Amino acid sequence: MFSNWASSMLFAQSEGGSLFLSPPSSTVAPMVDSLFSLIFWISAFFFALIVGLMVLFVVKYRRRNGVEAQKTAHHNLLLEAAWSIIPIILVVVIFVEGVLGYLDLRNPPDDAYEIRVTGRKWNWAFQYPNGHVENNLHVPMGVPVRLVMTSEDVIHSLYIPAFRVKMDLVPERYTKAWFEATRPGTYRLYCAEYCGTEHSNMTANVVVHEPGEFEAWLEDASNFLDKMPPAEAGKLLYERRGCIQCHTIDGTSKTGPSFRGIFGTQQPLADGSTVTVDENYIRESILEPLTKVRAGYRPVMPTYRGQLKDAEISAIIEFIKSLK
Amino acid sequence: MSATVATQSAPHPQADAPTNYLTVTRGWRSWAFTLDHKRIGVMYLVAVLSAFLLGGIMALILRMELVTPTRLFLSEDLYNHMFTLHGAVMTFLFIIPSIPAALGNFLLPIMLGAKDLAFPRLNLASFYLWVAGAIFFLLAIVLGGLDTGWTFYTPYSTTTNTSVVTATIGAFVLGFSSIFTGLNFIATINTMRPPGMTWFRMPLFLWALYATSIIQVLATPVLGITLVLLAAERVLGIGVFDPKLGGDPVLFQHFFWFYSHPAVYIMILPAMGVISEVVSVFSRKHIFGYRFIAYSSIAIALLGFLVWGHHMFTSGQSQRAAIIFSGLTFSVSIPSAIKVFNWLTTMYKGSIWLATPMCYALAFIFLFGIGGLTGLFLGALATDVHLHDTYFVVAHFHYVMMGGTLIAFLAGLHYWWPKMFGRMYHEGWAQLACFIVFVGLNLTFFPQFIMGSRGMPRRYARYDAEFQPFHVMSTTGALLLGVGLVICALVLWQSLRRGRKAPANPWGGATLEWHCASPPPLENFAVAPTVGDPYDFDGLVYKGEEEGYVFEPKKQPAKREAEPEPATV
Repeated sequence: MFSNWASSMLFAQSEGGSLFLSPPSSTVAPMVDSLFSLIFWISAFFFALIVGLMVLFVVKYRRRNGVEAQKTAHHNLLLEAAWSIIPIILVVVIFVEGVLGYLDLRNPPDDAYEIRVTGRKWNWAFQYPNGHVENNLHVPMGVPVRLVMTSEDVIHSLYIPAFRVKMDLVPERYTKAWFEATRPGTYRLYCAEYCGTEHSNMTANVVVHEPGEFEAWLEDASNFLDKMPPAEAGKLLYERRGCIQCHTIDGTSKTGPSFRGIFGTQQPLADGSTVTVDENYIRESILEPLTKVRAGYRPVMPTYRGQLKDAEISAIIEFIKSLK
Repeated sequence: MSATVATQSAPHPQADAPTNYLTVTRGWRSWAFTLDHKRIGVMYLVAVLSAFLLGGIMALILRMELVTPTRLFLSEDLYNHMFTLHGAVMTFLFIIPSIPAALGNFLLPIMLGAKDLAFPRLNLASFYLWVAGAIFFLLAIVLGGLDTGWTFYTPYSTTTNTSVVTATIGAFVLGFSSIFTGLNFIATINTMRPPGMTWFRMPLFLWALYATSIIQVLATPVLGITLVLLAAERVLGIGVFDPKLGGDPVLFQHFFWFYSHPAVYIMILPAMGVISEVVSVFSRKHIFGYRFIAYSSIAIALLGFLVWGHHMFTSGQSQRAAIIFSGLTFSVSIPSAIKVFNWLTTMYKGSIWLATPMCYALAFIFLFGIGGLTGLFLGALATDVHLHDTYFVVAHFHYVMMGGTLIAFLAGLHYWWPKMFGRMYHEGWAQLACFIVFVGLNLTFFPQFIMGSRGMPRRYARYDAEFQPFHVMSTTGALLLGVGLVICALVLWQSLRRGRKAPANPWGGATLEWHCASPPPLENFAVAPTVGDPYDFDGLVYKGEEEGYVFEPKKQPAKREAEPEPATV
């Protein structure tokens, strides 16, 4: 395993990546990788120089009886100027390369395909131009994709190592990132900014579709309501649209009450009255969640008015009904 | 005066023997209310080492959990609390005060030939502020814990239900401890240098402490203000950082790093000072490029204030700001590089004695070399976007903080230990500990570079299985590192009980602390010592019956005796 890594490291720019870097899979990744290699070899050279001289001096000038330390100059302007100026030149090169790569990383082409990204504790919502929402990111290969991102709660950070892309998601502000995938396949997407309990589970997959297949996928995925029983479609919506963050389906309470075995029951409200959990109550709770808040829960649920279509609300109701 | 070496057994004082600072008075009150900088230094030493033990145990618990990608024994919440406290304890309670407050307090006045610091009462107050800050940290652990990361990023820190306010009070109080120490050092160095000790005849350790003190005094108040604003937002609902209250969460990051980046130099500059002393003494060579090293300390201190934005390249700050911060960041790398080359040139044609302090100094050059060079990957914008908030960053700052500051702290501790406690430790075992620590550090942190650049994010309680081999290596290294540090602690502890008495000058150092007895008497010097070049070793002659060096004004080669064989592991 190690010998493979060692040999592949020598060919750091090859298709398969290197010991330090996974295979580059976006248009900007090879640029980042070549800068990484440049800095790596500069660092390796200076590290070898420093440690080499150190070992040489320790061996050669090790304390021996009868041998005094020799007097050498206390300073040498030429030498000191040399080891100041040579590193300065090298870091200027690294700096400039870093800036050029960064400008490419940050500035998408005008014709990029736009996907809206919402980060929340602790999952991702990727919304396509037709309104369809998924928790995993699907993108076409060979097309620049621009992500317009925001957060619903704390700061998150979208990180796709294979694309060498990372950008924070800040609440009440939009940030942007972009990439153009160059290889079909499935890649990992992580939240890179610490965001609480399930930070390390706030991950997703990036699926890069072959040219032409993305449109078909999107068409198919967007019509899931028509293709499956409403209760199953409701389960997908429950997971994708964030209900799962506050409402469990196993009977335990989180921020909101569990959905399990709730349908058709009488439940106490915060104002002392009671309500029957039926289709109309669930619909009202989704659209105007603060009107009738269950006793024992804080009035914190945001409205989904305008975000969920009627068919989707019906599917969610069917899903809750199915949780006996 | 060092011909009359007053070595004194610390645990068993005898009435007729000359007293030193350890034996001059007895009882806990004589320590709790002492104004003696040496005793305060020793109390700081015990305190920061306790904090290091606590932070180290947490580190081992974290590393054990990370052996498997899924849950081993820590829930996500517990893991988050644990890494937060590990970072906060190590940063605020250990690394920042380690070298300045423990070693600096003890040595700064002695290296100046002075009796004490300029403000002894303020010095004691600093120590008790440290204790108070530490108590608030412990309270925060008891009262609901802390899960914000040591960086307290908003809006997470203003919305989580853990005891953020208690912890920020702790950090606030610790900040004042740091400010007072800095003020005290600045005043002392400015006003209490002895006749003949011009700025450029000052030991480089003091230059480093001076530069550090400037940062402590100028940067720490900003942290204090930031933490007050954070607490005000949490308690009073004043909108400063929370966008729901009209605040700006990224503003917090600017405020926080305006302190916390310079704080990195609070941690590393004193370490560089220690290495400058040790490399010169153990090579028996005048330090090369004294003025360059002195100026580079000040340059690092000042440039360090201008680079905080490099922690925020992916935060959404403007592209122009990112480019400027990247450029300024590279400017700090140059003075650090200069120091490394100066240390190497100091060794050239020297007479290198591989005693334990020098072993640690060589380990420092190796480890700090890696820590410094990997900073280039993070200063460059394009690569930083990929590496930010991954294990690459974790590995980088552990190489600098552990491989740099901790190793230099151990170098300094072994170098000055005979002076502080009047006892020699066992060379062979101390070197073995150094070797194990060195190997353990590399095994712990080098695999983290690789998994980081392959995409492993930091602060992850669970992770993808592809990273497991690196995590297993890292945990193995951490255990080895723990073993090394335990051996190191046992060796030093044993020296206090059984070590042979230390001479006044066991290593042949030319700075003033080696002129007074080991351990020093209460007043440090009966007669003000003569100030010479701190790196001129010509007048130092090894005396077999003293088992140490003595100052002889004129070189008399005929009288020289064989110096000790360099010990081996």
